[in-house]
This record gives sequence, C-alpha cells and structure tokens, in this order.
Amino acid sequence: MKKSLTWQEYVITRLIKVSGYSAIVFVALIFFFLLREGLPTLGEVSLGDLFSIRWYPIEDYFGILPLLTGSLIVTVGAGLIAVPFGIGTAIYIAEIAPRWARNILKPLVELLGGLPSVVLGFLGILVLSPILRQWLDLPTGLTAFTGSLLLGGIAIPTVVSIAEDALDAVPKAYRDAALALGATHWQTIWRVTLPAARSGVLTAVMLGVGRAIGETMTVMMVTGNAPVMALTPGSLFSPVRTMTATIAAEMGEVANGSVHYHVLFFIGMVLFLISLGVNVAASTVVFRQKKRAERILS
Amino acid sequence: MKRFFTSNRDLTQRLGFSLLTLMTLLTVIPIIGVVIYILVQGAPAISWEFITGFPRSGMRAGGILPAIIGTFYLTLGTAIFSVPLGVAAAVYLSEYAPENRLTRLIRLAIINLAGIPSVVYGLFGLGLFVLFLKFGTSVLSASLTLSIMTLPVIISTAEEALRAVPQSFRTVSISLGATRWQTIRRIVLPQALPGILTGVILGLERAAGETAPILFTGAAFFLPRLPNSPFDATMALPYHLFVISTQVPEMPIQIQYGTALVLLTFVLGMNLIATYVRSRARAKRQW
Repeated sequence: MKKSLTWQEYVITRLIKVSGYSAIVFVALIFFFLLREGLPTLGEVSLGDLFSIRWYPIEDYFGILPLLTGSLIVTVGAGLIAVPFGIGTAIYIAEIAPRWARNILKPLVELLGGLPSVVLGFLGILVLSPILRQWLDLPTGLTAFTGSLLLGGIAIPTVVSIAEDALDAVPKAYRDAALALGATHWQTIWRVTLPAARSGVLTAVMLGVGRAIGETMTVMMVTGNAPVMALTPGSLFSPVRTMTATIAAEMGEVANGSVHYHVLFFIGMVLFLISLGVNVAASTVVFRQKKRAERILS
Repeated sequence: MKRFFTSNRDLTQRLGFSLLTLMTLLTVIPIIGVVIYILVQGAPAISWEFITGFPRSGMRAGGILPAIIGTFYLTLGTAIFSVPLGVAAAVYLSEYAPENRLTRLIRLAIINLAGIPSVVYGLFGLGLFVLFLKFGTSVLSASLTLSIMTLPVIISTAEEALRAVPQSFRTVSISLGATRWQTIRRIVLPQALPGILTGVILGLERAAGETAPILFTGAAFFLPRLPNSPFDATMALPYHLFVISTQVPEMPIQIQYGTALVLLTFVLGMNLIATYVRSRARAKRQW
C-alpha cells in the first residue's frame, strides 16, 4: 500500500512538474513555428522591397511599411484614449468610489474585457462608423480613428485592472501619513498614492498598449482595410490596414508555402517580437520596483 | 489668505473628483449601452427556429444551430486540454516551484503567452496543428490553438487561488502524516476550487468569443451539417458573426443582431457564472 502510494506520488509529481514547464515550451514552440514559416521570406523578398511602401501581394509587392504605420497610428490613437480613461477609472475605483459603487464598477469593467472583439467590430460597422462619418463629414466612417476608439475601449479593462491592483497595493500607512500632514484626499492621491504605484501604472499602460497592437477582429472590421502609408495625423481619419488585420484577411486565401504565405508569417513574427518586447519590458519594471521596495522596507 | 488657500484646495479636489467620476462614467456607460443595445436589437430575431434551425438561402434566413453547437464543441475541446494542464501548472508554481531562475523564466513565459496577439496564435495553430501535425482545419486544431491561448489565464488565476489557501492548512495536513500530494489533493485543491473554477470559466469565456485564432485552424464559412468528429471543421458563433456582417451582401440586419445577441449571451452567461461562483465562495470562506 505504502509503496504503491509513493510510486503514484512520484508519477503525479513528475506530471505536475512537466505541466509547470509547459508555458516555456509553448512560447518556444510558437516562436519556432513563426521562424520556420516566416524566415524564408528573407530569401524570397529583398529587405529593400520588404521595407518599402507598397503592399500589393497580387503583383508581388510586399512592402510592410504601410501595415506598420497603420498599426502604429491605430495603436497610438487607442493609447491616447485608453491611458487617461483607464487610469482615471482605476483611480476612481481604487481611491474615491464608495464600496457599493466599487462592487458594481469592477465587474462592469471586467465585462468589457469579456466582450468578444467581433461584437465590438460589428457594432463599429453598423453604429459607430455611420455616426462618425456624419459628424466628422468624412467620405467613409471606416477609418483609423474608428478603430482607435474601439481599440481604446478594448484596452481599457487591461489598464484599469492592473493600475487598480497597483493602487490597491500601496500601503494604507502612506495615505494616512499624507492625510495626517494635512493634505487633502486629492493631494494624497496625486502626490502620494499615484507616485507610489508608478511602476504598476506604467505596467498597466504598457500591457494595455500591447493589447491594442495585437487586437485583430475589431480593427479588421472597422479600419477600412486600405494598406496605405499613414504618416500624418490626418491619416487618422482615413482608412488604414494594420499588421494583424492583414494576416487575418489574407491568410485564408494564400497557397501554403508561397511567398505571400511566408511574408504573412514574417509579419506574425514581427508582432510576436513586439509583444515579447512589451511584456519583458513591463515585467522588468515590476521586478525592479519590487527590489526597490524591498530595499526601502528592510 | 489661509481661508482662500483652503477653499482653493477644496475646489481643486472637487474639480478633480468630478473629472475622475466623469471619466469613469464615460468608460462604463458605453459598456452598458452596448449590452442593452444588442439585447434590444437582437431580441426580435430570437425564435425557436433561429436557435435550433440550420441556415437557409445563403445564411440569409433560418437559424444558426451549427454555429452554436460549433462554439460549444470548441469551448469543450479547449476545456479538455487547457484545464488539466493549466491547473497542474498552477499547482507546480504554487506548491512545488523553488524561487529560482527557472521559475522566473516560467512566469515570464506565462506573461508572454498572455500577451501574444490572438492572430499570431492562429498562425501558430496553422503551422503546428493544421499543417505539421496534419490535423487539418478541424475542431481539434482550433481547440488546441485556443487551449494554449487560454492557458495563461487559467494558470495565473488558479495559482492565485491556490496561494490564497493559508499555509497552516498545509502544515497541519503534513504533520498528520499526509504526503505532499495527499495534502494538495485533499486539502489545498478543494479549498481553492471556487477560485480555480472562476479562472477556468473566465479563460473559456475568452476562448468562446475569439475569432482570430480559429480563422485558419478550424472555422468554416458555411456547413450544412454539424461536425461529426474532432477532425471536421465547424461553424462558430464569433466567426459566423464576422462572416455575416462583412462577407455576405444583403444580409438581413435582424439575423446579424440576433447572432450577436446569442454570442453575447453565451459569453456573458459564463461571465455571470464566474462572478457568482466567486462571490458565493467569498461569502462561505472560513479563513
């Protein structure tokens, strides 16, 4: 009895350990397959052609710059919306809202995080873009700006939940000390709590923006799908095409192993590296701050 | 002078608080608006035939049963792969993992998995499951792809739930002669179950609503029948909504809203269950 138990325990412990490592295996596998299918691009399309301004795969123009700028402009727009609103909401929930409001607001923001992006894209096509076209007097409502508005909404829950955690983690003693010194509630938030939660808030911003870069369905549905260079602020109000939307829209139609297929994987590789960079940077910030806090508190 | 300063400070505070309240309202009201709008617009489309019928006349009439069943299969498939693996990984991180470099690397990998764009998961699924392992565009490929995407959500919430179980529970169990695994199985896991369940449902909710990862791995534009085996492609609610709102000309608006409503109900229903499980567990918790 005893022996069989230890044997069983040995096997189970092994299995658990292997599962524990699975995340590393999957990240490595994902990267490997993106490289495997994406790297041949470099042999088929010259770097000059790849980083040129014309994306027209049917005639073998594979310039990814319009897609990069498209992603950039939509993401910047989304960030300009999600960062202030996300942090503002986080501060309100963590510092100002009475308990009952908090109990309603937190699940509501989580709900926004759970809305499928395709539903937001759908409403973007049917409701938001006609309104924007009329209000802004544009030839089409399917623009980078429409995408930014919706993406901002999609990124907000990420920003709110991480920023709120960071604010929550600030020791109560900090606030008490500030209030005892005669600071108002507002001054305490602004000069003590927020700076103390700085790194967490920064992480929130980075992950929120990371979420926006990677979002696919909404942008594909509402940004108009025109792979043109978006360099001026004016392009915010014209159709663009992001990297994610390009992959989603074109992958279904290419022949496996063709140049076009490899280039789409190459774009996926770029997206993977961007999200890797954002996440590594974000977790380094947290890690550093933790070390600093440990130093101060010891 | 002093009075002036005080009132100035108060004014700043009041302005600041009003601004933050306004921002919160501007964030929250659209969320409620979206849900109510879809509910109102979609409700007239809902009928017995819509839920249980097959699409007719080029999807412009009839029901969306294959998409509903497809999403159900995909969610189930995702659960089969991601729940055991995710919970086991969480157990490892919370109960076994030493604080060393490797563990930090695992955590970094989890954060990265959570951040990878959904369409990149789609590419990966196409490369590994569909082409390399030759599963084809199928329920199996799509479920596996969604599983890996769901994994970080399940691992991190399950780990949090496991860590919340007081250390004294473990100490007592071990001191009574239980082995480590017995302690985990009989004491820690049951105590953490509601938290784990919440995480699992939230992860699956995300999987159920995703479109991009299944685009090239298992979703079918239109199928006149239900999938017979894990190797069949399938229709799915989110992809169906995408198709009928962008690819099919002269699509009746009502069917579009109806499909959106069914998808939203599916996803938000899971969200509500998760919230319920969590709040009930919190109320019942003795520690």
